[in-house]
Amino acid sequence: MADEVILLDYWPSPFGARARIALREKGVEFETREENLRDKSPLLLQMNPIHKKIPVLIHNGKPVCESMNVVQYIDEVWSDRNPILPSDPYQRAQARFWVDFVDTKLFEPADKLWQTKGEEQETAKKDYIEALKILESELGDKPYFGGDTFGFVDIAMTGYYSWFEASEKLGNFSIEPECPILMASAKRCLQRESVVKSLHDSEKILELAYQLRKIYCV
Amino acid sequence: MAERSDTEEVKLLGMWPSPFSRRIEIALTLKGVPYEFSEQDITNKSSLLLQLNPVYKMIPVLVHNGKPISESLVILEYIDDTWRNNPILPQDPCERATARFWAKLIDQQICVAAMKVVGKVGDERDAAVEATRDLLMFLEKELAGKDFFGGESLGFVDIVATLVAFWLMRTEDLLGVKVVPVELFPEIHRWVKNLLGNDVIKKCIPPEDEHLAYIRARMDKLNIKSA
Repeated sequence: MADEVILLDYWPSPFGARARIALREKGVEFETREENLRDKSPLLLQMNPIHKKIPVLIHNGKPVCESMNVVQYIDEVWSDRNPILPSDPYQRAQARFWVDFVDTKLFEPADKLWQTKGEEQETAKKDYIEALKILESELGDKPYFGGDTFGFVDIAMTGYYSWFEASEKLGNFSIEPECPILMASAKRCLQRESVVKSLHDSEKILELAYQLRKIYCV
Repeated sequence: MAERSDTEEVKLLGMWPSPFSRRIEIALTLKGVPYEFSEQDITNKSSLLLQLNPVYKMIPVLVHNGKPISESLVILEYIDDTWRNNPILPQDPCERATARFWAKLIDQQICVAAMKVVGKVGDERDAAVEATRDLLMFLEKELAGKDFFGGESLGFVDIVATLVAFWLMRTEDLLGVKVVPVELFPEIHRWVKNLLGNDVIKKCIPPEDEHLAYIRARMDKLNIKSA
């Protein structure tokens, strides 16, 4: 019986991007259903009743919510190819730790960068760069957080990499001089086939970011 | 008993009243893994703690053969990946994803809302109580027809949710604010009784009298009125 894989998604979302990338890394065929976040579909509300957020992966009718849960799920179900998490328990723990760090430390400042101005925005910038620097130090001289291979932490970060340009323009700062090694890894990730196919033009994301900023009256 | 050799070194840096530290003790005990416990003082952090968890400088930290792991949910998964007997997470990927989802809800939302109940007063406290109850309703529904979140036996979500059973529900008695009344949450109360019937839980949760005294002392220190 063929697998039915549906992804409830929103095109500019860095979290939706993570799910798309993971599915493509595994070569899984899936159907995307684009959500209008201001008019959420009955399916989204039924499949993620608590948070009502995308991405939601619906695999043979059963929902999986929360982007990095979705990525882990994809890795566990399609375990016969291109592993996303390492097999060694200690390395898996490290990967999970850093993904938790990414979502804890980047999430709020990343949003505040385009939602706020003045002192609040400056604080957000400082927090964002500080977190990126810690991540860069963890990356070290590895091409990817996963070592030689693109892995769990890289997928988590690529969602944020897709918004780097918009963040820089709206925050009026540059990430590369602060984190050159991380930027090099980011560029490597952004060139990956699964990523290229999963992300929209950075121009479009920037355009959206400007529009959103206006809505927030900033 | 654990499958691995008893000569492996397992050390836990923790704090006796911390729910995040105790959940690691529950997991290790469930798996029959011997460990050395090192009580930490987070008001005066040891150089060992700072060295082993430089990012957050917090407990718990599990040290296995010299290698440190931080963040309680990460540690729980590590324990499950390393000692394969008595699995904590379900085998099925969809059920695993669901377990992870509930664990995050408890730690990121229920815990935060519950802390506001303690920390706020008046209208703000009432709002926090309502917010906490709204979230707890999801757990209430999830428990229907089950002895534990894990089904017939203790699992990942039960271990994480001990925060509700033995921290939130002990604090509410002291606060005089019934956040989790049995009339609204009969399933959660039934589940707590099931937990208290489990030997590992009984062994690993803080002893009630000492724990209540500790919470009361902390409330006094923070000028929070106790009942």
